[in-house]
Amino acid sequence: MDTILLSRIQFAANISFHILFPTITIALGWVLLFFKLRFNATKNPAWMAAYMFWVKVFALSFALGVVSGITMSFQFGTNWPGFMETVGNIAGPLLAYEVLTAFFLEAAFLGIMLFGASRVAPWVHTTATVLVAFGTTMSAFWILVLNSWMHTPAGYELRDGVVYATDWMAIIFNPSMPYRLVHMLLASGLTVAFLIAGISALRLLWGERSDEARISLRFGVWLGALLIPVQIFAGDMHGLNTLEHQPQKVAAMEGHWETGGRVPLLLFALPDEAARENRFEIGIPAMASVILKHDPDGVIQGLNDFVAEDGTPLHPPVAPVFWSFRIMVGVGFAMLGLSWAGVWLMRRAAKAGRGVESLPRIYLAALAGATFIGWVATLAGWYTTEIGRQPWLVQGVLTTREAVATVPSGLVLSTLIGYLAIYGALIVAYMITITALAKKASKGGDLGKTYGDMAPSGLRTPLTPAE
Amino acid sequence: MIMDNLPLIFAGLLGLSILIYVVLDGFDLGVGLLFPFATPDQRDRMVASIGPFWDANETWLVLAVGILLVAFPAAHGAILTALYLPVFLMLIGLILRGVAFEFRAKAPIAQKKGWDAAFFGGSLLAALSQGYMLGMYIMGLTASVYHVVFALLIGVLLTIAYSFIGAVWLIGKTEGPLLTQAVRWARGGIWGAVLGMGAVSMATPLVSQRIADKWFSMPAALYLAPLPLASLALMGLIWFSLRRLRQDVHSNSHWTPFIATSALFALGFGGMAYSFYPYIVPEKMTIVEAASAPESLIIILWGVVFVLPIIIAYSALSYVIFRGKAQALRYD
Repeated sequence: MDTILLSRIQFAANISFHILFPTITIALGWVLLFFKLRFNATKNPAWMAAYMFWVKVFALSFALGVVSGITMSFQFGTNWPGFMETVGNIAGPLLAYEVLTAFFLEAAFLGIMLFGASRVAPWVHTTATVLVAFGTTMSAFWILVLNSWMHTPAGYELRDGVVYATDWMAIIFNPSMPYRLVHMLLASGLTVAFLIAGISALRLLWGERSDEARISLRFGVWLGALLIPVQIFAGDMHGLNTLEHQPQKVAAMEGHWETGGRVPLLLFALPDEAARENRFEIGIPAMASVILKHDPDGVIQGLNDFVAEDGTPLHPPVAPVFWSFRIMVGVGFAMLGLSWAGVWLMRRAAKAGRGVESLPRIYLAALAGATFIGWVATLAGWYTTEIGRQPWLVQGVLTTREAVATVPSGLVLSTLIGYLAIYGALIVAYMITITALAKKASKGGDLGKTYGDMAPSGLRTPLTPAE
Repeated sequence: MIMDNLPLIFAGLLGLSILIYVVLDGFDLGVGLLFPFATPDQRDRMVASIGPFWDANETWLVLAVGILLVAFPAAHGAILTALYLPVFLMLIGLILRGVAFEFRAKAPIAQKKGWDAAFFGGSLLAALSQGYMLGMYIMGLTASVYHVVFALLIGVLLTIAYSFIGAVWLIGKTEGPLLTQAVRWARGGIWGAVLGMGAVSMATPLVSQRIADKWFSMPAALYLAPLPLASLALMGLIWFSLRRLRQDVHSNSHWTPFIATSALFALGFGGMAYSFYPYIVPEKMTIVEAASAPESLIIILWGVVFVLPIIIAYSALSYVIFRGKAQALRYD
């Protein structure tokens, strides 16, 4: 394999691993604030118990997000020097503002949020929680501004092959930014909703009957049920925005080769790029035209319009974009089914005077199985949009090939293997640890309030009763 | 006026970020390096002494590499592709160290020993590779057997220097037997800091005639004399305060070794900055040659001028809130 493909895989591996954790912390920060405010308002200890459980997950996810983010900041220099050399005048200030307004804010107040409750006044602690949640959201804002600018660049001019900023408002509020930001923030909310619902379902399945596990389950299912229709709508708007600015990406998402009307919505197909057609197509006639143009006769540009005179494609590789898009949408509808079924089941149980612990075991097991379903949708969505940007690194300005470093491919390969090994191990450790925290909570009823086990290493201490 | 000096201003900010990182994450890494020499109970207290701070401390590295990236893109590419492998190793080290903070406390207790090993191993890998990168940078980023051996030596010496600043941090943050232990560690590690500074000071003028001239020509040598003299005085002060340190005296005096060590790091760093100025890639690319367009730098500068004092203020606030001897970390 050549350096460019290996470097792309390495960047994809790094950023895929990284995004898993911000996807959790962005929304979980606000959820923790909600738990804390609910406790303040109701004095119901279950809210505080929920806060104490999920703040541990937050701290763990945050640490993983921080260390994997540091890797990202070095990848530009080690593998993609052409990126900063060409668009550094725009990417630079945006990344700098992310560090200055977000990273330090969240990092400094995280210490106070996690460990400062006994050392500062309650309002200071609440403020620290707000600032951490705000910091993670600011970080998402800046990085999505930059990412969106790479898809729909605006407010710049090219002089001697280097990009110079001309209008910062146009750069920040570039055409795809609002859609992408909303889509990502909702994805974070949904990931957290199903994480909370799934872990709480697991605790109920393990026999726990605490108020905390029950309100957490209800909270997760309701949050998912409320956000998923909004997300489907926002995703549709984002798709229309992409059609306007990156029609070749939408053509790849739909597996649509030849420009024309009455484009079918393909449910299954094997796109064949050599033959430039699909095999084994199953689709709903004219449905893609209806979705994208609100008209069954609506004309959609096909992939064959994006081929250079010498035959090199100027559109992304079709099959990966086609399939990751279908996975994302499929998971989205699974979320809709799961959460709405949950709301219906909970209402039925409530009418019969029973709580969420009486939900069918098969439903609780489905929720537990879907604990990390948000990760699947988030990654599939990012693969759709980022592979869909190829062969461009910055749409119409810089190709991926022009930006790659001339590092020997063997070096890229060996470091890639190193990253993959450690990332794989850490994801497994993360899942084991969260499950172990849930197991302990389900057994002991209360997890205690230290940031971990302060018992000496190697000693198994009996679980302490509820404080 | 400002527009003309932007590259210089950003070089100053870059240097400041690296220096703050080396001191602050230096003691974090140092605490990790001392892990194998501590009992399990002591380890919990050692982690508690850095738990609320390490994340923000590490952010200075992100700021430093960010400034290099945004203000000197050409140098960023040249330096980081030349240091491809050590950068990778450092990142693996920082990943292991960072996640071990959380995992060691939250994973099933049977795995705690393993995460302690990851905490130490990650700190060791990060410290060694940072020292190696410093050594290669001094040698002009060119790889020969000679240069690699020198860089490895600097890697070992920086690791010992980090463990030293980690030990003097623990002197300020702990009490009882752990404090006694920390004093012992510091006495053992001080020679690493001394030898490291000595090796860097001797090697830089040997590598480059230009740097030698900058230091040893008259009258510059006279103006510069206070730098090595002050370093020697600080080393003496540290040595003296470590010998005199007692448990029962007022704990403010427990901070003398840490403050003096930080000042020593700053002096050594200042000397290096003087040596390499005006180059950012040694002997190849100057600060001005590598700088981004002024219209982009000025946008960042306004952000920095406005935000950096706030960052420093709330970072200081965090140190004030968690001042005094470290207590067990609790979420309530």
